[in-house]
Amino acid sequence: MILFLGRKLAGLVATVAVASLVIFGALYLAPGDPAALLAGGHQPNPAALAEIRARYHLDDPFLLQYWHWLSGLLTGDPGDSMVLKEPVTSLIAARLPTTGLLVAYASLLILILGVASGIFAGVAGKAVDGVLTVTTTVLMAAPAFVAAILLIWVFATKLSWFPVYGSGTGFLDRIHHLTLPALALSGGYLAYVSRITRTEVRAELTSDHVAAARVRGLPRRHVLRRHVLRNAAPPILAVSGVTVAALFAGTAVAEQAFGVSGLGSLLVQSAARQDMVVVQAIALLLVAIFVLVNTLVDVLNAVLDPRLLRERS
Amino acid sequence: MTAPLLEFDGLRVSLGERPILRDVTLSVHAGEAVGLVGESGSGKSMTVKSVVRLLPGGSTVDGSVRFGGIDVGSLGPADLRRFRSRDVAMVFQDPRATVNPVRTIGDFLTEVLRDQGVGRAEATRRAAGSLAEVGVDDVRRRLSQRPYELSGGLLQRVVIAAALLTEPKLILADEPTTALDVTTQEEVVAILNEQRRQRSAALLFITHDLELAAAVCDRIAVMYAGEIVEILPADRLHDDARHPYTKALLGSRPGTVPPGERLRTVPGTPQSALTAPAGCVFADRCPVVESACRDLHPPMLSVGSGFAACHLLSEEVR
Repeated sequence: MILFLGRKLAGLVATVAVASLVIFGALYLAPGDPAALLAGGHQPNPAALAEIRARYHLDDPFLLQYWHWLSGLLTGDPGDSMVLKEPVTSLIAARLPTTGLLVAYASLLILILGVASGIFAGVAGKAVDGVLTVTTTVLMAAPAFVAAILLIWVFATKLSWFPVYGSGTGFLDRIHHLTLPALALSGGYLAYVSRITRTEVRAELTSDHVAAARVRGLPRRHVLRRHVLRNAAPPILAVSGVTVAALFAGTAVAEQAFGVSGLGSLLVQSAARQDMVVVQAIALLLVAIFVLVNTLVDVLNAVLDPRLLRERS
Repeated sequence: MTAPLLEFDGLRVSLGERPILRDVTLSVHAGEAVGLVGESGSGKSMTVKSVVRLLPGGSTVDGSVRFGGIDVGSLGPADLRRFRSRDVAMVFQDPRATVNPVRTIGDFLTEVLRDQGVGRAEATRRAAGSLAEVGVDDVRRRLSQRPYELSGGLLQRVVIAAALLTEPKLILADEPTTALDVTTQEEVVAILNEQRRQRSAALLFITHDLELAAAVCDRIAVMYAGEIVEILPADRLHDDARHPYTKALLGSRPGTVPPGERLRTVPGTPQSALTAPAGCVFADRCPVVESACRDLHPPMLSVGSGFAACHLLSEEVR
């Protein structure tokens, strides 16, 4: 187990390290001169340009620039935004709670509704299964921005149940504001998790050990909980983990559509402004969260099914 | 003679239009061991599964299976559960597939007892006792292990321990040694038989191995294409076998020819209830077939120490 944890942790660090190089390299290669952008105007003053270049180390070789950036990150100072002139840390800190709440909200919807409907479709008869299959197909096919527009139109404009715009203040008000974004964000993922759950439950239901458990006279509920769901849990958990991890990146669309001030919308706006320092920091943060959630899921799965521990050892 | 514990009475099972069992009539008395032998696809498994109503979806059942005089087919859900939980136990072919791979041996052994209302400590104590009785050592550690940590033979012992734990009146064993290493097969069967004798539980034992069946069982029933073609006492198997199919099976054992020579086989390929002829099910492969065999279904006749269904015996009987 300790060996397993060590291996997972090493993998996590390695993945984030490679991702940091890729993120930095991609934006280094991206067209446009950040110095000219920062100086503004058509004919920037050469002295001002040189001053900006020196300040952001823009003339240094690539690896040296990367090192500047990385050492800043490691000491907890990823630098200041080029456009907003604020520390990136405070920009992110101000928006992280909102995005975190949105992701948690959407995750709960995905896990509760997705897994529950999947189990229901797996266990119930053909009619229920058919209805749920059609529903999940529609949900999977609809992109988040289409769902967002539809939700705004029905629940915000026509019915006025939920606000159209903003993040809200105070916990309940925030939940109220984030309901439509969370719904728009979770739709496709929810359908995906529901499908996977259905398939896994079906597979377990027809397995020999479940038949054997039935023949032993165990009650249906017991067989469902201890044999079907218990064994279907690892793959469902793995898919749910990837889904929840991907939600952080998915917030970009939902936050933009509903005018929620979070990490996703900051990423989109910063990219549009070519605010590289902010884009790099957020991109790396998203990667780190993704990898972290996946590692947690892997560890949890190994606890559920210890066979995973010995597979490569 | 007392009423049998288990009775198959003209049991016919079909899946849609396809017949699987054509006519199974057999009884098992309390404490008796009956061996069910025959080639693959002859319906041995299906016969045993029909006892606990573990038949594939969409199958129709005619005739009846009675346990203690009660038709198993008429049991409601609660009674069926009770019957499965307390009166019978099943040992399957492959313990790897039939024991939940992610739960512990202790969970597997105690879950039925716990469901019957036995306390956790008491259930664990009884599980440990049962494991020790089937020759598993280091019992405490085994209880917290998972199936993948045990060898196939050891795991099948666990399954046997679980079957004995609920003190069933009847144990159904569906080729319990086929998935095991040859060297552990005999051991496992010996333990199963010894333990069930001590508890005077009846046994319905499926196997391909005639010698094994003869060693373990009191009576042997030979199945072919969804029918029982011969029933006889196990100790008379070699001397009293009358049905051509039983004789052919006995003739195809490795011991019947000198070492180095080609083994004899039953000519043709095994048939299922669907492909077998309308008259005698064995007519297509029978070395002594006559014209009547193809058209008329032979009745079960009392011959010598047993029963056989063959036209050629009818004159002898008369």
